[in-house]
Amino acid sequence: IGVDEKSLISILTNSNEEHKRSLRKGSSKLFIEDENGFERWDQSSIKILKHQFNRFRDAVVLSLLHPWERDARLIEKAIRKGPKHYNVIVETACTRSSDQLLGARKAYHSLFHHSIEEHLTHIKGRERKLLVALVSAYRYEGTGVNEDVAKSEAQILYEAINNGDKNKLLDHEDAIMILATRSKQHLQALYRHYNQSYDKTLAQDLEGEGILKDTVECLCTPQTYFTRVLEAAVKEDADEESKRALTRVIVTQKEQLVKEGFVPNKIQDILLGLNKDFMLASIASGDIK
Amino acid sequence: MATLKVPAHVPAPSEDAEQLRKAFEGWGTNEQLIIDILAHRNAAQRNLIRKTYREAYGEDLLKSLDEELSSDFERAVVLFTLDPAERDAFLAHEATKRFTSSHWVLMEIACTRSSHELFDVRKAYHDLYKKSLEEDVAHHTKGDYRKLLVPLVSAFRYQGEEVNMTLARSEAKILREKISDKQYSDEEVIRIVTTRSKAQLNATLNHYNTAFGNAINKDLKADPEDEFLKLLRAAIKCLTVPEKYFEKLLRQAINKLGTDEWALTRVVATRAEVDMVRIKEEYQRRNSVTLEKAIAGDTSGDYEKMLLALIGAGDV
Repeated sequence: IGVDEKSLISILTNSNEEHKRSLRKGSSKLFIEDENGFERWDQSSIKILKHQFNRFRDAVVLSLLHPWERDARLIEKAIRKGPKHYNVIVETACTRSSDQLLGARKAYHSLFHHSIEEHLTHIKGRERKLLVALVSAYRYEGTGVNEDVAKSEAQILYEAINNGDKNKLLDHEDAIMILATRSKQHLQALYRHYNQSYDKTLAQDLEGEGILKDTVECLCTPQTYFTRVLEAAVKEDADEESKRALTRVIVTQKEQLVKEGFVPNKIQDILLGLNKDFMLASIASGDIK
Repeated sequence: MATLKVPAHVPAPSEDAEQLRKAFEGWGTNEQLIIDILAHRNAAQRNLIRKTYREAYGEDLLKSLDEELSSDFERAVVLFTLDPAERDAFLAHEATKRFTSSHWVLMEIACTRSSHELFDVRKAYHDLYKKSLEEDVAHHTKGDYRKLLVPLVSAFRYQGEEVNMTLARSEAKILREKISDKQYSDEEVIRIVTTRSKAQLNATLNHYNTAFGNAINKDLKADPEDEFLKLLRAAIKCLTVPEKYFEKLLRQAINKLGTDEWALTRVVATRAEVDMVRIKEEYQRRNSVTLEKAIAGDTSGDYEKMLLALIGAGDV
């Protein structure tokens, strides 16, 4: 992921025309044999190359922006790009602190002259209710959890998932209320009760449920969510979105990654050039207060 | 505009705190002195007095007031003294408790405060009650009321004046369809009422009136006994013409057999520093009598004096 700029400079400046021709012939992904007798640049490859060259730029911009503007732009883009990107909305709404989310909402007003919840109108699918509720939250962040309530709400979720129509989960008012309004401490207690009472985790029970599972993970076990996203990014057949997630997660979560003792081995192997330097340095600096 | 009258020369907070302390000492309480001070200081000044009082006497001023005063007068003084965000958090919390539960108070706070003010209330709520406002509202309301109230208290509406007329037309149409089908708590209705900016909502309702021949609230009166519809109509009023909403609330509170002091106190205490001037104008226009006269005719004693002071009657 990224481009090894130094090597490229070295190769290209030291190549004569003969050498370059054999480079082109050897890169079947980038060049195709044209009927008129030359190695032609494959149009679709331009996009891929653009993405790779822009990794460093994107990382710089993401890193430089005020977190509020950064998060507002991440959300706006995700809304525009559609269902495959809704997890970014969940991620931003659920893994930031309450005041950071408020800040993102303020920045959204300034940048886009609408509230996030208004723009979520564009989403016609059933995810809209959950997403609106999640971005509207201003969760209490203090300690003190009512374990009885956490336990009974674990039961409500259990019944919603196992007894009800799983397809209707996104319409289940009580479930949405619990996930969207309770404090993270409360939800983590609920998660523990669920595990103890039903011998499986809430996340396991929501396997395949897309943003519902993302929501629960982001709120209760964020390190699981982020690890999953990072691993998807370094897979061999990772798509563009997964790769972009790498930059997003490292830049926005570097303090968390350091706290979790994240060891960037796989990442080290897969990153290239300036992008690699930036990402590794970001992680390394993550615990600078 | 505010009706609160603050003297041109305001004593230092320490002086005010000392005077208040004197008002509590000895037999009985000097209620007039309490009114003279607290009903004539703005929110920032009152906060300073509270701070100074605590530093000087080791006790919260509100606690002293609670011990020394009673009944409607006490509630009026305590409510007004509170910082606006704390006051709204207090009222909202009260509205979720079983014996004092009120969908109306929650709706009123959510709809008549600005976006930033509403968030200040949510912050104050965290500090005071160790919970979020939305989780308490979610936990203590049900059905259609919950569907409406949770998004209302969680809203962070865009505050700009920009309006999209095409959108206003299409959303007026959506509202009309849903209302015709009696789908009053339909997701689309809730969405429009709880997320659109006040300017946009106003444009939509204006278009509704133009396109369909009458205001939306007329169509929402289909079932006069339906409590949810009443709340929805009131929410729409609060979002677009709050002074009319407050005028009606005052009118009903005063005309009611015995007076609804809680509503009266709440409106006066929460609007004295906001838009009481407009509310008074609206009241006189609608009732052909000044609000001062109506309140004087319906209340008495120190409670009456406090209310009248807050709505700007008499001198500073």
